[in-house]
Order: sequence, then C-alpha cells, then structure tokens
Amino acid sequence: MSEAVSNPPSMAQRLRLGDIWKATRRVLREPLGAFGLILVLVMIGGAVFADWLTAYEPNKISPRDRFQGPSLDHLLGTDHLGRDLFTRVLHGGRIALWVALFSTAISLSIGIVLGLIAGYGPRWLDNLMLLLFDSIKSFPTVMLALALVTLAGPSLTAVVIVVVLVNVPGYARIIRTQTLALKESEFVTAAQSMGASSARILRVHVMPNVIGPLLILASMDIPVVIAIEAGMSFLGLGVRPPTPSWGAILNDGFTAIRDTPWIAIAGGLPIILTTLGFTFLGETLRDVFDPRLKGRG
Amino acid sequence: MFSYALKRLGLSVAIVSLAMLLLFSMIYLVPGDPAAVALGPRATDAMREALRIKMGLDQPVWVQFWNFFTGAWTGDLGREVLSDRPVAQVVMEQLPYTLALIAGGISWSVAIGIPLGCWAAVKRGSWADRIVGVLSVAVIAVPSFVIAIYALLVFAVSLRWLPAIGAGEPGDLGDQLTHLILPSLAVGLGWIGYIARMVRASMLEVLEAQHIRTARAFGLPENLITFRYALTIAILPTVTLLGVGIGQMLSSAVFAEIVFARPGVGKLVYDAILTRNYPLVTGAVLVTTVLFVLINLLADLIVGALDPRVRSRL
Amino acid sequence: MTVLSITDLNVFFSTEGGDLHALRDVSFDVPERRIVGIVGESGCGKSTLINAILGLLADNGRVGGGGIHFEGHDLTRLGPKEMQALRGPRIATVFQDPMGALNPVVSVGAQMRNIQYRSGLSRSEKDAKSVAILQKVRIPDAGAALARYPHEFSGGMKQRIAIAMALLMEPALLIADEPTTALDATLEVATIELLKELQQDIGCSVLFISHHLGVIAELCDDVVVMYAGEVVERGTTRQVFNNPGHPYAARLLECDPARQSERVRLLPTIPGEIPDLRHRPEGCIFAPRCDRRAPACEARQSELPLQTGHMARCALAEARS
Repeated sequence: MSEAVSNPPSMAQRLRLGDIWKATRRVLREPLGAFGLILVLVMIGGAVFADWLTAYEPNKISPRDRFQGPSLDHLLGTDHLGRDLFTRVLHGGRIALWVALFSTAISLSIGIVLGLIAGYGPRWLDNLMLLLFDSIKSFPTVMLALALVTLAGPSLTAVVIVVVLVNVPGYARIIRTQTLALKESEFVTAAQSMGASSARILRVHVMPNVIGPLLILASMDIPVVIAIEAGMSFLGLGVRPPTPSWGAILNDGFTAIRDTPWIAIAGGLPIILTTLGFTFLGETLRDVFDPRLKGRG
Repeated sequence: MFSYALKRLGLSVAIVSLAMLLLFSMIYLVPGDPAAVALGPRATDAMREALRIKMGLDQPVWVQFWNFFTGAWTGDLGREVLSDRPVAQVVMEQLPYTLALIAGGISWSVAIGIPLGCWAAVKRGSWADRIVGVLSVAVIAVPSFVIAIYALLVFAVSLRWLPAIGAGEPGDLGDQLTHLILPSLAVGLGWIGYIARMVRASMLEVLEAQHIRTARAFGLPENLITFRYALTIAILPTVTLLGVGIGQMLSSAVFAEIVFARPGVGKLVYDAILTRNYPLVTGAVLVTTVLFVLINLLADLIVGALDPRVRSRL
Repeated sequence: MTVLSITDLNVFFSTEGGDLHALRDVSFDVPERRIVGIVGESGCGKSTLINAILGLLADNGRVGGGGIHFEGHDLTRLGPKEMQALRGPRIATVFQDPMGALNPVVSVGAQMRNIQYRSGLSRSEKDAKSVAILQKVRIPDAGAALARYPHEFSGGMKQRIAIAMALLMEPALLIADEPTTALDATLEVATIELLKELQQDIGCSVLFISHHLGVIAELCDDVVVMYAGEVVERGTTRQVFNNPGHPYAARLLECDPARQSERVRLLPTIPGEIPDLRHRPEGCIFAPRCDRRAPACEARQSELPLQTGHMARCALAEARS
C-alpha cells in the first residue's frame, strides 16, 4: 500500500558504484581531503598487510636488541624488550582499526534504536532519554572509563563499552531529531493514514532518510574512538601486555622518555597521523555531502 | 528570574543524585567482596569481616545506599582504605591543583582561540582563514595525552626550557606557574581549536546581522564594530561551550597530571584505582561530578551577566 | 539645489551563473529639503540602490558605470575611509526592521555616544545631545532610556530610537528603508508624522523607500518608480499618481488596495514575475508582463519626458504638455 506514497530517494538507492567513484573524486579535489584519504589508506594498508611489511614478530622479545635507536634494520627503533617498534606500530593499527570499526558499529546500532524510540515514542520517554543522553555525554570520559575499569577490569571489552557509552548519546540525538522532523512530514503522515504499522514506517520511511547523515557523523567520530583506545591503553586500562597497541607503546616510551625518546615518538606518531587523517577526511566528506551538519561541534 | 534559577538548581541536584546512584550501584556490583578486594589476597577472614562491618557492608542494600547518599550530601564521603583519612579531605587537598590546571587550559584556549577565530571571521575566505581552519581541526583531532607527551619530550626533556614534573614549590607562585605552562597547554590546545572555530562561525553569523549593517551605515570604525558590537555577541555560545567542555578538560587533566607527575584529582583517582582504594574512587568521581555541574551553572550565569537579554529574562 | 544626484548608475553582482545586472541606468535627483519616495515590488533593486549610495555593496557587487553625486563628491569614486566619514554625519539611514537594527548588547546611550565619536564633544555633552533628540522623538524619560538596552523598548519605540540615532548628527540626507513596514497601522501613521516633523525641523532631504503607495502619497514630494533594477517612471507625487505614464506604474497604482473604488473579491495583481536579471532583455524590461506590448517595445527604451520633471521609460508614453 504505502509504496504508492512518494518516498524521497533513500541512501541505499543513491549509493551506487559510480556514485562512490564520483564522491571519491570530489573528495580528492580538496587538498585536505586527499591528504586525509592518503593517511587513512596508508594506515589501513599497514594494518592489513602488517605480516608482509616487516620481518619481525610484534611480541618477540629479544634482549640483545633492546633500546636500539631508529636504523635501517629497525625503522622506528626497538623498545625495552628489544621488540621492533615499526612492527608493533603496524600491529597496533590492527587493534585501533578493529576497535574503531567494531565499537562504532555497536554504537550505531544502539544509537539508532534508542534514537528511534526517543523520536517516535511518547513524550515523557523522550524527555527522560534526552536527560540521560546529556548527562552521559557531558560526563568526563576518563572518569567514566576509570569507574568502568574498576568494575570490569582492564580489557579490550572495557574500551569498547566506554566508546559505546560516549558515542551512543550523540548518535541517538541525531536520529531523534531527524525522526521528529520526518514524523511531521507528508509522506510519513500519508503512510500512517494508510494504516502502515509503526515498525514498518520506521523501517521503510524513516531509516533510509536518517542513515546518510549518521554515517558521516560516525566517520567523523572515528578519531575520537582511536583516541579513547589509545588513551585507555596508555593508562593501562585497555589492552593487556604484550598485545601491541599505540597507547601501550606510548606508555612504554613515556616510562623511558629521558633516555630513549624514539619509543614515545613511535607510539605517538601513528596516533597523530591517523586521527588527523580521519578528521581531514571526515570534514571533507561532510562539507561535500552534507553542509547542513557544518554547525555541529 | 527566581524560578529559572530554582529550576536550574533542581536539575543540578538531580544530576548529582543520579551520579550518586550510579556510583553506588557500580561499587555494589563489583564482582567479589569490596573488602576482600581492598585488602588483597593475603588478608585473613577476620580482617575482611572487620573491614566489612566498618564499611557497613553487612547492612541491607537500601540502608547502605541511604547512608552513602545522606553522607555524600553532607560532605561525608567515607574514609579511604589505606590511610584511613576522610575521603573528602584527601580529595579537597588535591582539588586546587586540578582547578589550576583547568583554569590554565581555559586561559590558553580563550587567550588564543578567541582572537584567532575573530581574525579568521574578519578575513573570511583568505589564506589566513584557511590556515586557522586547518590548524583548528588538527589540534582538535590530536588527543591531549599525545600532545602532553610530545610537549614533555620537546620542551622539558630536549630543550629543557620548562620543568618536566611536579607542581612547583609551594608558596613560590612563579615556580608554580612555570610548572603549569606545559600541562595546561596540553589540556587547552584542543580547545584553542574548538573556540577558534566556534567564534569564527558565530562571528560570521553576527556580522550578517541587521544591527551590524546599521552600525556600518553610521560609519562606526571597523574595530569598534568587530570588538564591541559583534564579538560581545559572538562569544556567548563559546562560554556555554566551555561550560560543557569542562568534562573533556577534566579528562585531559587526568592525562596531564599523570604525564607531568602533577598532584591533582585525576592522578588521585588513577592511583586509587591501581591500589583498589574504592571509597577514594567514588569520592573523587563524585567531587568531580559536583565540580562539573557547578561549572556548568557558572557558565550559564556568566552568559547571563554578558547578555542583557538573558539577564532580564532570568 | 540638489543634495543627491544619481546619474546612469549601473550595478553588477558576480554570481555563479554569470554577472547579474542589478541596477541599469538609474538616474534621479533628491532636491534639498524634499522627500523623494522610491516605490517598487520586492526585488526591484531598492536595497541595492541604498547599499550603492552608502558604499556598502556586498563583496561580489560593483558599480559598473554612472555616478552618485553628493555634496561635491562622486560617491562611486570615494575610498572606504572617505565614505565612512560621510556615513553618519552627512548620510544617515533608518532600516526596515527596528527589532534587528539596534545592537542587543550595547546600551542605547552607548550606541548613541558611539555614533557621535567624531564630534569632539565630551561624554556628557554627547549624552545631552542624545537625550535632546530622544525627547524629540517622544521617548518617555529619555535620560533613563540611555542606560537601557534595546529589548526593553517596544517595537514602535525602537523604531523611534533608530530615527533619533539617524538624525542625531543632523545629516544632509536621510535614507529611510521601509521604516514603517514592520509597524502596525496606527504606529505607521504616527511614525510618518514624526518623520515629516523632524525633517522640517532639521531641514534635511529624505530618500524614502517603501512599497506602500499610501505612505508615499502621504509623505513624499517626488516619486521614483523602480522595476527590475530600472527607473521606469519619475516625477512629482502628483504627476505620477494622477497621470502615470508607464504601464507598470499604472498597474501598480491599480493594484493598491487603498485605490479600489469598490469592494472587490480579489485584489488585482500583475501577472508574471520579475525577469532573470542575469539575462536582461535588450528592449523594455516590463514588456513580457505588459498588456500594452507593441513592436516598439523590442528596442532599448530611453526616458521620455512627459511634463517638466516627469518622465517615463516607455515607448508608448506621450508627452502631455
């Protein structure tokens, strides 16, 4: 029935291969976007092909080689256990990337559901959820992380939970706003009048319209996620040793910063380059596709 | 005015109460016996039981919560496990250091961010504007703890311009300020970017306003228009932003305190977690929350003081 | 004596779709101590004209020929500093929206002091002058008003304060950009009366922009009718209102609700829209909407004199002298 009602073109319909190519070209035309894309691709490439790119094992302890400065053998030097830092940085990229993708996916799913409930549900529930979102979002992230690790102990799971807690309120809020706006729009009213169920209206009419801006926002939050993972691992609240993580490498370097500064540099550099890369890319994507979102943050 | 203030205060009390409830349930849900965890594996059963009774863990949940809740509102946050000193006292000792750090961070971000954003808005579309834009995004993106470590490496370890650790000699203001420079820069650098962007955006909006056109039509000097007529309006959202951003600054402060080995609430909580000193963790987190709520309240009041429209509505 | 004389003024805006010819060959005079009304639909170029006079065209706008002569200067050739020196003391402006025209965070007194920044007066002398003019525009308790902020005044009072500010420096020319449009009918009449009174008091000339024909007829000595960035007709108010020479002016007068002799169900309107100014037709700009279109309209139109001081840019207009 409701197919007869005119529905604005959804993101799913719009995203064809040719469009993706067109979009890439528009991003590449912006110097900042091209720079960001290159950084991101290098980071992803390094993480994916880590095993082929170096001859070393990330966790292989080699006391003979400890505290070596950068050289052709060890591009970024070695740490206090003689592990090759370049190798550990590449493998650390895997952790960062995995956390970024996994926790963003979870945050998105939960954020969408909560946002739809807040936007489509009764008024009191909406107000209650808004208060909750605002409280969580405004709370100091590190305090949240510290309190959580007290509860669950340091682990990658703790990192994911913190990221989800930090991200969900923002996503839910966007979804809620868009849902509220769409709720009033003609094609939803028309579908309602034809007796479409709430679930169907949400799935067919509301979702396709809110998913586009949300994905752009999520991509812009990836640097924040990477920062949270690195930060928690730096404090020893994230991945457990000897798992390579940029934050953990940074912490190793911090401990020995006076004598072997290259360890800290090796840990910090990928964090800086990746957050910059994703941020520049995200900003360009937003400017190119959704100038409406410009005011945010 | 009165009803607004009352509503605002009521909301603050509600948020703090909610935080208390969350903290309490978190501690209550910690797997295992808090007394056992606190005392470590070598404690005897008798020692554990004694601590349990001392911490009130033998009483029903709701009594525990009520004691916690009423105690917290009257400033009694319990006693910490290691030295048996009142938690409130321990936290209050550390609080000034953190406040100084955040005040330093805000000073950096306001002193550099506002002129930068203003300049970019006035020179809109120019190279200066573009460079400010890219730099703002860059400093926002890079996490503060990386900035802290790199700043430590460059300015303290390599160049030896500034001290690396501690908060300076007590009583020596100059020394304390020198010790504050690097950590507060690490806390505030990202906010320079936030504020520059915010001020630029709202300046552009205000500069389009009819009253600016009127001011130009009266031939007022550009400097007067920019600073007195436009900027006073354009910084209002920034004040609100700073209030909300205090949460992030507190997060950065934890890292800055650890990296620069400064005393402060952040370092206190971190150390307390490592030593499983739970009453100290709850107490410090609670004090942070209250601080956070108070600062937001303050930001609202400052907006009121700066904006005659809001002032009369209060 | 002419205070302001505009001759063959052309203004262009560069846009993505090409240059937009916003004003074409605009000419008219504002004689001393007279009130000249400019009338036209929205989009006819009234605001562009004001901005061109004030030297406040947007960044993408430029004057492409013609002149704006004021007190011995050609305003189109003045630098920003010299232009700024004229704005305020010699040419003052009252804008349409009284709510937005005053700065919300600067007190009325400070705004009025700032306007006098070039006067060389002391702070108390400036305030005394402000109080005097505020009393003239009948702001109650003018002394206390200085310490107050714009939002504490009603819309009508704000507009009177804006007028007071404009006349504070006793300018030679007052530009009033639809100053009464945002006010209700009673306030409108009062404001018009006030404006007329003050104009005679100070002895300035007024360029009064409005789309309200009743107000123009009431207040103005001369009228300039604009359409799509061109002056299609100008003359004394009586000449234009009694014997409109251009079909557009005639239709505009017909459409004025106040002029309907009997009650009509639907007010007449002029069918069609203002043409795309990026592609101006060579001939008469009004021809596509004109019901008296003739072959002569294809050619470029020049201003034809109808009577002394009354001209119309229409090939079909006939001299009546």
